[in-house]
Amino acid sequence: MNASRNPLAIGLIAAGALIAMAFPLLLKNYGIYLMTYWLVFVVATMGLNLTVGYAGQKSLGHAAFFGIGAYTVAIMMKAVLSWWLGLPAAALLCFVVGLILGFPALRVQTIYLAFATLGFNTAVWLVMRNEEWLTGGTFGINGIPRPDFLGWALTGNLAYYYFVLACTVVMGLLLLGLLRSPWGKAFTALRDNPIRAESLGIHIRNYTLLSFAIGATYAGVAGALFASLVDFIEPAPFAVGASIMMYLMVVVGGPGYFLGPLVGAAVGAVMPQIIPDIAPVLSNWYLPIFGAVVVLMMVWLPDGLLSLPDRIRAKRDSRKASEERMKAGRPAAGQGNAGGQA
Amino acid sequence: MSAPLLKVTDLKKAYGAIQAVGGVSFEVQPGEIFGVIGPNGSGKTTLFNSMLGQISPDSGKIELNGQDVSRLGPLELNRRGVGRTFQTLQVFGKMTVRDNLIVAAQEHRGSMFSRMFEQDDSGLGAKADALINRFRIRHVAHLKAGTLSYGQQKLVDIAMAFMSEPDLVLLDEPCAGVNPSLVGGISTLLKDLNRTPTGSKKSSFVVIEHNMDFVMDLCHRIMVMVEGKVMAIGTPAEIRGNKQVLDAYLGA
Repeated sequence: MNASRNPLAIGLIAAGALIAMAFPLLLKNYGIYLMTYWLVFVVATMGLNLTVGYAGQKSLGHAAFFGIGAYTVAIMMKAVLSWWLGLPAAALLCFVVGLILGFPALRVQTIYLAFATLGFNTAVWLVMRNEEWLTGGTFGINGIPRPDFLGWALTGNLAYYYFVLACTVVMGLLLLGLLRSPWGKAFTALRDNPIRAESLGIHIRNYTLLSFAIGATYAGVAGALFASLVDFIEPAPFAVGASIMMYLMVVVGGPGYFLGPLVGAAVGAVMPQIIPDIAPVLSNWYLPIFGAVVVLMMVWLPDGLLSLPDRIRAKRDSRKASEERMKAGRPAAGQGNAGGQA
Repeated sequence: MSAPLLKVTDLKKAYGAIQAVGGVSFEVQPGEIFGVIGPNGSGKTTLFNSMLGQISPDSGKIELNGQDVSRLGPLELNRRGVGRTFQTLQVFGKMTVRDNLIVAAQEHRGSMFSRMFEQDDSGLGAKADALINRFRIRHVAHLKAGTLSYGQQKLVDIAMAFMSEPDLVLLDEPCAGVNPSLVGGISTLLKDLNRTPTGSKKSSFVVIEHNMDFVMDLCHRIMVMVEGKVMAIGTPAEIRGNKQVLDAYLGA
């Protein structure tokens, strides 16, 4: 991430921007829809990556926030309110609920926290399914319109794609700014060693709560974009299974890697949709294969696909360091007098 | 003598029927290096954990710069100028050495809100570099701390405690697990940091350590604890000459 002035990084960013802008022009309607779908999940998993990857809080309730965002926008638009009111409402509601969900994380960690968040997800899902007066129950809410942007109707798939792309870039830059500020280091410190972090004056309670709240806000924004993309929502995409899938997307992409969600969402959200088209034989086998790949990754590449370059670099660095130690002739540390006391 | 930096009065802590610390009193002067020694189970760690806010004592008082801090947690104590190192390695393995040092002091500047807009190194880069040079870890400063050798990580760990210019640094067995050839290096480094601090303030140290040569060489005064009580407090020479201490602990 310290490659901002690296010409290679600038080249890659330019190439990425070009592809993101031009590639959909070559696609048919369904392809554009899938690209948009991918970006929606990129935004959602960016938030989860903050909570899980950077701050180390094991959350299995992310799809609930995704759903809260989607339902907030859907319900408000049904009440003939503007999408542009629904979006901040979705974000704010998710921030507040995320903050509240952060409290269990102050008491329990790891697998216990995962179960607590999973319970939360189930509760939210039950509200979506059972409170028919509000959510339409299993019939869901249909006919969710797409927003206008400064007078342009975003009804076409291509127009909506560019809108979601712009939202993704804005959300990405905001997250990048946050991670590059001292907050990024504080989150990482919280993940690596909360006890040490606290002894250095890092307010672990506040950072834990905010890692949940900000992560949830990203899911809320993604949910708002999702509702208008698919135009019909029902409880299924926001169930516990979806949370586990989002967690896997973070893990596969690389937890704590800023670009991890781009890879994770492609593998976890888009591939299952396109495989039946490009390789019909595989369609029934997608989940077992995906599962097996994840198992193998956990063994050989536990930090995700994007950790590969880092791994290679780390190997090179440690070889160089040990060469330097050899040259120095002794463990290279401390002051000159290495004799100890008699 | 000036007002003490740290004043512990009649501190007590029991675990069930076991009186781990049974009425310990001592003072640490500004700029002093104060050693705590004693056999296993003598209450050193319980005393340390009380001073660090990890546990709260049953009774007694801990004062820092004249203020009662007996009931404060680790976060508040750190904000009031208490730095520490741990017995086991506690660096942030996935951050670079330089970032480990920066994160060790960044929360002492501004508010959480203002830090959202602060630059990457919180303006602490020069200070981190100064400590990196003093600790002679320049050649590994850009590496992830988790990839360093044990001795190097130990140095990073100690350097982190000094980043926020604390009034008091509690060092929990700084030599534990360290290669004997590095022990002298750590001693020289700590003496040097005590004489000429990196920042404007002088720090006092409280050191728990089993390596007797190290303690005798480093500390200005030493407290000997046995079974939760203070057996003796004095200069290294006095402690060496104390018959009671020799019999109970140092062995002859």
